[in-house]
Amino acid sequence: MILPALCFYMFSAVAIAAGVMVISARNPVHSVLFLILAFLNAAGLFVLMGAEFLAMILAIVYVGAVAVLFMFVVMMLDIDFTQAREGFLQYLPIGGAIGVALLVELGFLVAARSVTETGDPLTAKLPDGTGGVTNTEALGQILYTKYFYLFQAAGIILLIAMVGAIVLTLRQREGVRRQKIASQVARRRDEAVEIRNVTPGTGI
Amino acid sequence: MVGFWDGYVWPGVVILAQILLIVVPLLVAVAYLTYAERKVIGAIHLRKGPNVVGPLGLLQPIADGLKLLVKETILPARANIGVFVLAPIITFTLSFIAWAVIPFDEGWVLADINVGVLYLFAVSSLGVYGVLMAGWASNSRYAFLGALRSAAQMVSYEVSIGFVIVTVLICAGSLNLSEIVMAQKDLWFFIPLFPMFVIFLISALAETNRSPFDLPEDESALVAGYFVEYSSMLFALFYLGEYAAMILMSGMTVILFLGGWLPPFDIAPFTWVPGIIWFGLKIALVLFVFLWARATFPRYRYDQLMRLGWKVFLPFSLFWVAVTAGAVVAFDWYPS
Repeated sequence: MILPALCFYMFSAVAIAAGVMVISARNPVHSVLFLILAFLNAAGLFVLMGAEFLAMILAIVYVGAVAVLFMFVVMMLDIDFTQAREGFLQYLPIGGAIGVALLVELGFLVAARSVTETGDPLTAKLPDGTGGVTNTEALGQILYTKYFYLFQAAGIILLIAMVGAIVLTLRQREGVRRQKIASQVARRRDEAVEIRNVTPGTGI
Repeated sequence: MVGFWDGYVWPGVVILAQILLIVVPLLVAVAYLTYAERKVIGAIHLRKGPNVVGPLGLLQPIADGLKLLVKETILPARANIGVFVLAPIITFTLSFIAWAVIPFDEGWVLADINVGVLYLFAVSSLGVYGVLMAGWASNSRYAFLGALRSAAQMVSYEVSIGFVIVTVLICAGSLNLSEIVMAQKDLWFFIPLFPMFVIFLISALAETNRSPFDLPEDESALVAGYFVEYSSMLFALFYLGEYAAMILMSGMTVILFLGGWLPPFDIAPFTWVPGIIWFGLKIALVLFVFLWARATFPRYRYDQLMRLGWKVFLPFSLFWVAVTAGAVVAFDWYPS
């Protein structure tokens, strides 16, 4: 079929171009928007691989939540863009090294794919007896059985990170009046209103 | 070339026709939703609503559309033009692409994908970008404040919508929308999951930025919120997108809780009516609740909105997920 191949080249070309734009765009908000475009194209690639669950989760978690927060922060930042660019050469060696390392790893994967004869290492293997199920079910069956403890541990790590972030930013301010909805609702008429008979000319 | 014709061109034409078959009635529905909104709110206020253009004012939406078309498009000088123009297009597109997975009747669905619910959830969570981009690109304080409010609000309420969807999935045992509807053949989910139904309805109001949660627009404080700088067709795209999103959220409510295209009783006079009519009637019912809420409730204060989302809905829906899952395991109610 020509169509999946065409889709593949379109998604990957746009993803790579968007990735380049993320690091070369002058305006940080444009960078975040290109990052979102790259995420969406990666989701398209997942769909082509038949991993529709991962594609949707990528769109929901990364595009719908993480990138929104990025965008939030970047929009609120009041930074001088020319000043931010000055450190570019300083950080180039370490950033370049990480990029080269990732590229070499990718190269190894492709090489491994072409030399192994037994099977394709890039294709996920389903556990036995799960033929014909959707990949959501297959993922659930393996995640909640074989990798149950690792899955739970990942959850706990995220929870700790969240608690840590809250502890770091929590501060108790003095003299802040907070609305106590329970006490407002619990207030009765006779506590709030008092009716008196006032004789004229005397006051209360 | 026979393979090319049968394999690509003809299916392409069929799909295009199907898309038109969904989009055109949807656009008409959006136009008449604006009319219905004015009529319903008018009736609640003891007014007549629009009644001048055409019989009973029925041509009013068309007149409004024409008026918007011929107005001048104004691009603010300090705006970020590319993003400014892209924002309404994204809002409009997102509110329409979600309809690809909505089953209108048994088998009447454009793309019957395995992960239909997740697709809907993903599309509705992308909706925030149109608002955020509009607010930022306008380079205006009011628009920016409106966009920030909207982004925080939509992200907050998506969390509880996510948990509501999880409870429905536990009961239905599938992510496919048609199968979720068929799982309600005996009992619509709004009866066993009534608290979640209420949470979903309220969160849907917040997710679509509708009154009483229309703080992003808040005309008394923010002029018109994120689209204050927009005019003409760009404004119309926002407007259409907002109303299409309302219809979409109503459609989601109907599919998840009110049994989709299924008739209310599985006996003779009700089963004669085609499923798409039932689907439309149920959507109209939920939409009426949207309009009713707008005419009835005052606007929430922003901190109360956040409190409701994070401190009330989130713990409660989390609790209810645990209760539902526990009940399914304890009483062996696994969906087949």
